[in-house]
Amino acid sequence: MNRFAALLDRLAYEPRRNGKIRLIADYFRHEPDPERGWALAAMTGALTFRHAKAGLIRELIAERTDPVLFALSYDYVGDLSETVALMWPAPHGRNDMAAPPLSVIVDAFSTMGRSELPAVLASLLDRLDETGRWALLKLITGSLRIGVSARLAKTAVASLGTLTPDEVELVWPGLAPPYEELFAWAEGRGERPQTDDPAPFRPVMLAHAIEDADFAALDPADFRAEWKWDGIRVQAVRAAGADGRHVTRLYSRTGEDISPAFPDLAEALGFDGALDGELLILREGRVQSFNVLQQRLNRKAVSPKLIAEFPAHIRAYDLLIEAGEDLRDLPFTTRRARLEALAAAHPGMRFDLSPLVPFASWEELAAARADPASHGAGADAEAVEGVMLKRADSPYLPGRPKGPWWKWKRDPHTVDAVLMYAQRGHGKRSSFYSDYTFGVWAPDGELVPVGKAYFGFTDAELAEIDRFVRRNTVNRFGPVREVTHTPEEGLVMEVAFEGLARSTRHRSGLAMRFPRIARLRWDKPPGEADRLETLERMLGAPEDASRPAARRAR
Amino acid sequence: MRPEELLHSTPQGLYSPVGDFHVDPTRPVKRAIVTHGHSDHARAGHGAVLATRETLDIMAIRYGDDFAGSTQALPYGERIEVNGVGVTLHPAGHILGSAQVALDYKGCRIVVSGDYKPGTDPTCAPFEPVACDVFISEATFGLPVFRHPDPAEETRKLLDSLALFPERAHLVGAYALGKAQRVIALARAGGHERPIYVHGAMERLTAYYAAQGIALGEVRLAREAKPADLAGAIIVCPPSAMTDLWARKFPDPVTAFASGWMRIRARARQHGVELPLIISDHADWDDLQDAVLATGCSELWVTHGQEDALVHWALLAGLRARPLHMVGYGEEEAETGADVAVEPSAPERLV
Repeated sequence: MNRFAALLDRLAYEPRRNGKIRLIADYFRHEPDPERGWALAAMTGALTFRHAKAGLIRELIAERTDPVLFALSYDYVGDLSETVALMWPAPHGRNDMAAPPLSVIVDAFSTMGRSELPAVLASLLDRLDETGRWALLKLITGSLRIGVSARLAKTAVASLGTLTPDEVELVWPGLAPPYEELFAWAEGRGERPQTDDPAPFRPVMLAHAIEDADFAALDPADFRAEWKWDGIRVQAVRAAGADGRHVTRLYSRTGEDISPAFPDLAEALGFDGALDGELLILREGRVQSFNVLQQRLNRKAVSPKLIAEFPAHIRAYDLLIEAGEDLRDLPFTTRRARLEALAAAHPGMRFDLSPLVPFASWEELAAARADPASHGAGADAEAVEGVMLKRADSPYLPGRPKGPWWKWKRDPHTVDAVLMYAQRGHGKRSSFYSDYTFGVWAPDGELVPVGKAYFGFTDAELAEIDRFVRRNTVNRFGPVREVTHTPEEGLVMEVAFEGLARSTRHRSGLAMRFPRIARLRWDKPPGEADRLETLERMLGAPEDASRPAARRAR
Repeated sequence: MRPEELLHSTPQGLYSPVGDFHVDPTRPVKRAIVTHGHSDHARAGHGAVLATRETLDIMAIRYGDDFAGSTQALPYGERIEVNGVGVTLHPAGHILGSAQVALDYKGCRIVVSGDYKPGTDPTCAPFEPVACDVFISEATFGLPVFRHPDPAEETRKLLDSLALFPERAHLVGAYALGKAQRVIALARAGGHERPIYVHGAMERLTAYYAAQGIALGEVRLAREAKPADLAGAIIVCPPSAMTDLWARKFPDPVTAFASGWMRIRARARQHGVELPLIISDHADWDDLQDAVLATGCSELWVTHGQEDALVHWALLAGLRARPLHMVGYGEEEAETGADVAVEPSAPERLV
């Protein structure tokens, strides 16, 4: 456990994705089975500890330390688990006791009764070092934040040998901790694990963003177009198991099984097969905005009330498997015909077809993209974030092959905002002020922060902003600098974003989705930047003034 | 006699009315005894300074040869009298030349420990407990959450990271005097044989350590290195330089920071550190208790740091104890190091 804890400690500080993958892979290389498998389970969320409440941890430390010294320490450190991990008194003869491996801890937590928890936890804490205690307390209180996704951990497994992350994803649903056969396969010592999961995940096909220059080389007649819906991409799979019972699973595009969060959808899939589609919330037949979907995603407990209030729905793009038959090598148009027939045979289910968008030229498609409402999307136009172009003859390929599929997103919303605070970045950017908080003018004449962005600019622009920040600092708060932002002096940034939502967490009452710096407006005095009323209007209007199709001529 | 008659605190620092001298005064005074060379304890402009040879040398390096009206070097363990007050210096184990000041007068013995740490450190003489009636201690890490790990293990983290990321420069933030040289010595003890690069602010002090016979291996100046040399190299710099324009010339750096403060995650995050190394030149919580008890003192005075917790512990342990609430100490350690301004920043451009 101490070595796993040291890895978690290191991961918590490592900002780079590749750095994290190398750290995890290095741990896997040096740690034997089954310990590394339990670590993989912990990182992929496959382990659930009987959650200990903060109250129990407080009781344990109160029995062992002076209350005044604990209060002073907690006040200084500010985090209960960390304080307890650091000041837990090491018993005499600690060195004689081997630190418990993760597998022993997992076992202890899965077999003990509730009344045993305090004694078991105390004895584990006695045998771990400071970092080990920190990691254990974070694991059991469910507040471990190390910035590692299941996908990242699987990528690290793949990097042990010559596998691709998608190959690991493919076998993953059929595996269970401590994953010894997976490690053997990844290290080239064993066969590909046989998955007996009847409803496995198939790696999804992704698209490249199309650039203006790409169109010249493409013939509209070779392509079909459909709306790109603003929900979450999912794969719904249903199949009969060996015992004849039907298994239904809903996967995210990275292969995470999200079925438990959507029991309503799993029940509603009435045929055997695998669908690729977009998960949306539909109310009275109308697609709701992503913000509404977000409200369902944010809830931990899935109650009947939540399901009724946020009914989930799949808008299908593609059909990969039908009744056991793999369609992925067939051309898009053939798969599409099979999908249409399937949808027609199952009317009124919780899925429907994502309609094709007819077009004869790129100009026609551009017009549809600019105004989905009058090109077939109707009342759902607000939930359209662009169009997808798919070659009529394209098979369904895993990953992001260049050429067969393209995504053509709508122009983003933009506002002119004023830079208020800048924070230093991490890693390569640790000497640059690269995270920006910007604001717009409130009715009282003050700037109110409306968002934060840390990308969208070029290296040269970053250097310019950094210089501006260093020369115009008016206040410092640790790594954050406040910069000049008066109507006369300051830096105006054109901020692009995908959507706006009401938010009680922000002073402005608004939250931006996916904000980034589109342009620096050195030419513009801050006094002429946008006002809060403008953003308020965008919230109200589905088709708003910030998004004229011609703003950036294609 | 009451110990306060021999030594008490004043706005300038600790003062002995009998001996008519200050210990580590924070403002210029007539006569000063200086425990060690960190700028919050050793200031320029005193009339006369008594200290170890090394501390006097370090002060001359930092402030110029004329940093005081006159100087007197006193070796460890040698007793002299100043206006009838016996003065002896004993190793404090903090940095090269660091000393505890033992005062004796009419049977009353007071030890001013300055900053100190027990344990091994290849760059200075080891801390020595000195019997006394009143022990005056710092409490920089005077909370039970501070128990410093084995410095060799912490160094191992740095060397492991170098092995895992051999294409990246490893920038190690360390205070220019003491910590920087200790980190270099620890890396050598851990088996790291490549040249180690230092920031210009620590060039002279590092050369001085080497000249005193402390084995630091090959040390080069970072500003004279080619970027290709710096991949997989250790570069030691003042903590503030890590986020300064200076750091931009290094290939994809890993930013490490060697300090006892790195024990607290929020602190490490605040500094944007990716590889915190818990290496401290101060006593940790257990060390403080051991050190106090080893002196056999009946009274503990606490100069600076987390004095509330240490005083609370001492009272529970049956000692008389009180904080002195001294202002001005701990500043060099608190944020970035006072030596940073020595090397001007590179012009504002991307390298």
